[in-house]
Amino acid sequence: MSKDKINDFVVRFANVNGTGSASANFLFTKAIFRMGIPVTPKNIFPSNIQGLPTWYEVRVSEKGYLGRREGIDLMVAVNPQSMAKDVESVRPGGYFLYDSSKKLNPNYIREDINYIGIPLMEICNANYTDARQRQLFKNIIYVGALAALLNIEFSVLEGLLADQFKGKEKLIPSNVKALQLGVDYIHQNFKYPLEFRLERRDLLKDAIMIDGNSACGLGAVYAGATVAAWYPITPSTSVVEAFMNYADEFRVDEKTGKRNVAIVQAEDELAAIGMVIGANWNGARSFTATSGPGVSLMNEFLGLAYFAEIPAVLIDVQRTGPSTGMPTRTQQSDVLEAAYASHGDTKQVLLFPSTPKECFEMTADAFDLSEELQTPVIMLTDLDLGMNDHVSEPFKWDDKRKYNRGKVLTAEQLDKIQKFGRYLDVDNDGIPYRTYPGTHPTKGSYFTRGTSRDEYAVYTEDGDAYQRNMDRLLKKWETAKTKVPAPEIVGEKNKFSSGLLFFGTSTYAAGEAMDLLKEKNIFVDAIRIKSFPFNQTVADFINDHETIYVIEQNRDAQMKSLLMMELNANPAKLVSILNYNGMPITADNILNQVENNIKLSKTLKSK
Amino acid sequence: MTYVKPKFRHPELKKNKLGYTIDYYEGSLSTLCAGCGHDSISAGIVQACYDLNIEPHRLAKLSGIGCSSKTPAYFLSNSHGFNSVHGRMPSVATGANLANKELIYFGVSGDGDSASIGMGQFVHVIRRNLNMVYVVMNNGCYGLTKGQDSATADHGSKNKSGNTNIFEAIDLTSLALELGATFVAQSFSGDKTQLVPLIKAAMSHPGFAFINVISPCVTFNNNPGSTKSYDYVREHIEATATFDFVPEMQEISVSYKEGSAKQVTMHDGSKIQLQKLSEDWDPLNRQSAMNAILNAKSKDEILTGLIYVDPNTKDLHHMINTSDTPLNQLNEKDLCPGSKALDEVNAGLR
Repeated sequence: MSKDKINDFVVRFANVNGTGSASANFLFTKAIFRMGIPVTPKNIFPSNIQGLPTWYEVRVSEKGYLGRREGIDLMVAVNPQSMAKDVESVRPGGYFLYDSSKKLNPNYIREDINYIGIPLMEICNANYTDARQRQLFKNIIYVGALAALLNIEFSVLEGLLADQFKGKEKLIPSNVKALQLGVDYIHQNFKYPLEFRLERRDLLKDAIMIDGNSACGLGAVYAGATVAAWYPITPSTSVVEAFMNYADEFRVDEKTGKRNVAIVQAEDELAAIGMVIGANWNGARSFTATSGPGVSLMNEFLGLAYFAEIPAVLIDVQRTGPSTGMPTRTQQSDVLEAAYASHGDTKQVLLFPSTPKECFEMTADAFDLSEELQTPVIMLTDLDLGMNDHVSEPFKWDDKRKYNRGKVLTAEQLDKIQKFGRYLDVDNDGIPYRTYPGTHPTKGSYFTRGTSRDEYAVYTEDGDAYQRNMDRLLKKWETAKTKVPAPEIVGEKNKFSSGLLFFGTSTYAAGEAMDLLKEKNIFVDAIRIKSFPFNQTVADFINDHETIYVIEQNRDAQMKSLLMMELNANPAKLVSILNYNGMPITADNILNQVENNIKLSKTLKSK
Repeated sequence: MTYVKPKFRHPELKKNKLGYTIDYYEGSLSTLCAGCGHDSISAGIVQACYDLNIEPHRLAKLSGIGCSSKTPAYFLSNSHGFNSVHGRMPSVATGANLANKELIYFGVSGDGDSASIGMGQFVHVIRRNLNMVYVVMNNGCYGLTKGQDSATADHGSKNKSGNTNIFEAIDLTSLALELGATFVAQSFSGDKTQLVPLIKAAMSHPGFAFINVISPCVTFNNNPGSTKSYDYVREHIEATATFDFVPEMQEISVSYKEGSAKQVTMHDGSKIQLQKLSEDWDPLNRQSAMNAILNAKSKDEILTGLIYVDPNTKDLHHMINTSDTPLNQLNEKDLCPGSKALDEVNAGLR
């Protein structure tokens, strides 16, 4: 790394799970954010409550790259358990900050890195008497030390503490003192700042910082969701928890204390989706959030909702599979499971948000889409987007926006209809009309079932009626293509012969990878898929390029399979760029895989 | 196949207070076997709804999968029905009820449905005290797959192939009592006199009302040796009490000996009139009700009637304090906090 690098480095914190380090580490990140500098943190945590090693990685990027970057410039190592590994992971020339209250094990000494020893424990013991405080403030002291080493403005940190302890102002001075202890120790003992450091910028404008799950929860409130049924599962749990918190803020009648929302923690995922389907059938906007194992359990009900044409919104925050996989690591491996959830010929509408802003917007859109199409809509986010904080554009809401409740007949409308047919394709778009239970004394009632029925919802095993119904569902699928969010062409259209295709959180690394490729004189077009079914733009993009690099975070190239199956895309064109180690994909990784493919194809051609 | 009942009815059919004749409460023609106990229960539901002057479209009928779960098609054709997935009717009913608390929710299930795959949901819907009627049409066997034992088949009972069941039965009634159900009743499909008032009482109960109805399967479990055959049930039935349900505002006709009758007033003012048979059984006392069931069991008797009721119970909506307006009737104005509030949310995230 060259000298005096400004706003371009990676810091990793190695902590013990459950010691209060999360809030200290977030303080560090948020301070950089408030200095107007693009920053992206990643939690790397165990599937465990307390005691195991946990890491928190912060990338700072002057260029605004918000994907993960490998190579650690500064390691803050305060977990003895993981120290051997932590020392190894620092890049040559990087820094290793540790608690020097105890002498460092000689095995951990590397010639090619710099050591910053701070007697965190000793300072704590000298300044605090309470055992819990000693543990908590150790974390704040290292944040103070980093502030000095990297040039974080002290007033920014003070401002953050003031926000954090609003209403509990008594706690502020002791925290400020801890920060100051860290700053002072650096000032007295080290050369500072480091060769890479921070400088205030105005690169973020009015950006916000939030995790995707909270954004989904807020989106559901704005969308008018009134029933949430769920079963806790990492990494989706905080979606409904956020919904609950926002509902506490926005959905409680101040006078009566009554709530415009019903949130039920179900006994399992099967019940959760059952409740969602029951509520939607009865005209309430309802959703659930889960992860891959939960979607597996919900499959049967999703098939019912598809076939019986009942809206349902499901937010699947993907984690690594198969089976229990790595519950606290990220992946995009539920694509096929979600697209074809349940037995028989089923197809489910999918949405792929990439940022918290899209989590907010797409959650709101999901309810409109689901009711308009009368079918489940599954939003596929992932652990990286859901549980990590991200810099995002602020959320926006158009007050004129009306909820699209789809084709629902009122009693007055039913009065004018000779004979209501629940599954009649009146408008030739494959979408029938529905009625809510209790609407009309004599008209509009029908039987909802997972067995075959005719246009009037009457049970039948007549093959022609079954086939007519299945064909209408396919027509509805065609209609869906015109309703789901269109893909985004990144940059110019059809300039080069190769194109990157990506979705979800791969977007962060893909954008950066395009710049890295350019530096190597490799030029590509790019398309970001936002939904399934794919519309014509996706098909055109594939047709118009010789090579398509399909970037996805799973082993089996699930998106590639989906493109082949649904668009009949030529497999020879589709080159997979895969990442499935549980960590978010990086730009370097994409670059390497593209370069390798180019080398390989050249070799093949020359042969 | 689709069956439609002939529309002809006797022109002099009596009308209820809403002006409907009983055929207004019927559904399509049953496709169950002739003599199926389930059809008698459907008829009981029709009678109860007619007697109680229920607007059929204000009732939602939900079921799972199985013979019993087909029955909602055979009553109240002007109601919305939902034939969901095997054993998971309770969750669908929960969602539906959360969306609109103003309808009456009538769940129909079978012993395969509730005592096997649906056991989890059965247990939890009781825990939540969802305001619904939950009827199990219990025949101890799987009719749709031709007569295999279900989890409620009694130990030692013989199935149609002559095999003796070696497993203990799951007793849904005791289970419901144990789990805190606030209305527990048991009846026999062949006893309409008892069943109809029980259904009526269940419908006026403001929480979870469970009725386990022994409903013999005429085709696959009506053989000698079966403990859920018509003959066996008729020989072993033991009623808790003579029972009557008196709707609100209706004059109470005293047909019992004074001093031995017990009256329970429901939340809506209607009354349950019980002729007490057993001195040590009190339908308002869960422990006493449990003892009554255990005593009957020890004597190989099937206890029927209203076994337990807590008339002052609070349902799920009360517990989670939802708005008086049904949730499915709220709109943008009630639900969306708007752009100004969102600006504040954004500001808090900087």
